[in-house]
Amino acid sequence: MAEVLVYVDHVDGAVRKPTLELLTLARRLGEPVALALGAGAADTAAALAEHGATRVLTHDAAEYADYLVVPKVDALQAAYEAVSPAAVLVPSSAEGKEIAARLAVRVGSGVITDATDLQAGEQGPVATQSAFAASFTTTSRVAKGTPVITVKPNSAPVESAPAAGTVEALAVSFSEQATGTKVTARTPRASTGRPDLTEAAIVVSGGRGVNGAENFGIIEALADSLGAAVGASRAAVDAGWYPHSNQVGQTGKSVSPQLYIANGISGAIQHRAGMQTSKTIVAVNKDAEAPIFDLVDYGVVGDLFDVVPQLTEEVNTRKG
Amino acid sequence: MSLRIVVTVKYVPDATGDRHFAEDLTVDRDDVDGLLSELDEYAVEQALQIADEADDAEITVLTVGPEDAKDALRKALSMGADKAVHVEDDDLHGTDIVGTSLVLAKAIEKAGFDLVVCGMASTDGTAGVVPALLAERLGVPQVTLLSEVSVEDGVVKGRRDGDTASEQVEASLPAVVSVTDQSGEARYPSFKGIMAAKKKPVESWDLSDLGLEADEVGLAGAWTVVDAAAERPARSAGTIVKDEGEGGKQLAEFLAGQKFI
Ligand SMILES: Cc1cc2nc3c(=O)[nH]c(=O)nc-3n(C[C@H](O)[C@H](O)[C@H](O)COP(=O)(O)OP(=O)(O)OC[C@H]3O[C@@H](n4cnc5c(N)ncnc54)[C@H](O)[C@@H]3O)c2cc1C
Ligand SMILES: Cc1cc2nc3c(=O)[nH]c(=O)nc-3n(C[C@H](O)[C@H](O)[C@H](O)COP(=O)(O)OP(=O)(O)OC[C@H]3O[C@@H](n4cnc5c(N)ncnc54)[C@H](O)[C@@H]3O)c2cc1C
Repeated sequence: MAEVLVYVDHVDGAVRKPTLELLTLARRLGEPVALALGAGAADTAAALAEHGATRVLTHDAAEYADYLVVPKVDALQAAYEAVSPAAVLVPSSAEGKEIAARLAVRVGSGVITDATDLQAGEQGPVATQSAFAASFTTTSRVAKGTPVITVKPNSAPVESAPAAGTVEALAVSFSEQATGTKVTARTPRASTGRPDLTEAAIVVSGGRGVNGAENFGIIEALADSLGAAVGASRAAVDAGWYPHSNQVGQTGKSVSPQLYIANGISGAIQHRAGMQTSKTIVAVNKDAEAPIFDLVDYGVVGDLFDVVPQLTEEVNTRKG
Repeated sequence: MSLRIVVTVKYVPDATGDRHFAEDLTVDRDDVDGLLSELDEYAVEQALQIADEADDAEITVLTVGPEDAKDALRKALSMGADKAVHVEDDDLHGTDIVGTSLVLAKAIEKAGFDLVVCGMASTDGTAGVVPALLAERLGVPQVTLLSEVSVEDGVVKGRRDGDTASEQVEASLPAVVSVTDQSGEARYPSFKGIMAAKKKPVESWDLSDLGLEADEVGLAGAWTVVDAAAERPARSAGTIVKDEGEGGKQLAEFLAGQKFI
């Protein structure tokens, strides 16, 4: 059976959920072979095996942390040459997309970015993409070379499918370009203890209507009652009320949770681009004409300062 | 020594318009107004600021696109760029990411550069990978997705905010940079800028000027194929209630009914 190369996104050996989803998709196309790089690479093996990786290629070197992107492209290319896969799948993070695209050009393949689903087809993998702020759904394929496809988070279920997951050390020689861009300092993002925005099943967001950094506590309290992640509109981020890493939308994170609750957000096209594919959408907005109401399954026309705390209290009471 | 900056700018359909696909499944450009991709305004802005700090700098704005794409170049020129290059050829219709990066890279080489500045992503294709591909093709460092950027003594430095960390990065010129919409608001063209732009040179190049063949680009040369495009069904109208004191409780009831609580 053909092998499918899966690029692993992990933090010090802890595999992030989008990679486990990729393994589900990879199994539709062939036998997943995973590539894990950097500190803790070998520690990923158990989780990857549990989710279907037949082999886990690993390599660690200081270059992965010290220089931007290219060392990882060199390693992915080495894995590509070692495996001769039928397809290469990479998580659609900003970095993942850059790595995938550079590999594609190196090996003479087309690249598809931000797939939201993947099926085996007669002429190779068929990718679903969403276009124009998720108002269109397209299907596309790579017509030249080995399909290189990046896949968005929440595109497939995480399924247990135990496989061998044999760990193998990959030999990598870095290109001349590998050390071109030096990382001179790194500040890890402080953990809030809340779920990761792109992986969360529920996202509670606040916009300009929240009217101040101090008021985001109301949004956070609702999020905590539901075990949700906190998102923000660009207006709230630009005003300095919430960090940019929590922005939802075209230039922020794109989320696709089971439930999205928009509070004091009008629903501009660029915001919709990042949340329109959420399964259930709820909004609280005092303006009955706000475009967000065109999207909702349930909407409350009202002042968020009344509605949100009442909802939070009710959720907490019902939880007992 | 003069700092040669090339800014890549894309001409895209207005995101607030009714965007859709044409029969051949490429972007329909006839029904919706086009404009300079808003995210590329940030690239022009950062290029202008870098040029201001340099002893001597020249900014060329470059687009690959149809006739109307000149509008995007004019806008960038009216913001303050010095000259423009328009790569225009009927055979470019339907070019994919790999092809676009090939054409841009050839044009950048022909123009001559020390620094390439790109937007973080276009507002139509939104792949966000063209800058990295330009670095790959030009064989120079990529310093991409910067929310802060500066150039000093032949070194470009910036801040890249990733999913798990914020990084300070640097590379020697020549290099390819892309900037995010966190890098600083773009200036509005002044009346003087708009008038001056009319006199600035816009060169037109076609595929033969770049030594490219028709079958390397366009729909025919694309390495990816779109087989189908369907409009997402409109969401069925949801329930909307007015808060009369019980709005939060009603919402809780809905969420409980959906098993979220
Ligand atoms: C290139 C580009 C990229 C962009 N990327 C993004 C992006 O990634 N994400 C993003 O969000 N935006 C993005 N934007 C900005 C976008 O166009 C909007 O400006 C932004 O989404 C507006 O945020 P908002 O809905 O919070 O604010 P507004 O549009 O000002 O809406 C505020 C809403 O709050 C309501 N409100 C006010 N007070 C209350 C109250 N007390 N109770 C209840 N409701 C209240 C108002 O009725 C209003 O509907 C981008 C724009 C551009 C040009
Ligand atoms: C909805 C949609 C999905 C698509 N999916 C794919 C896909 O999966 N695979 C594929 O191969 N093609 C795809 N395409 C085609 C692709 O968008 C175009 O080839 C495009 O020219 C390059 O990609 P981008 O617009 O996404 O650029 P991005 O990588 O998002 O652009 C980043 C920056 O590159 C520069 N730039 C990009 N294009 C130009 C240009 N023409 N002129 C000047 N500067 C430019 C700008 O500085 C821009 O800010 C898709 C197009 C659409 C509309």
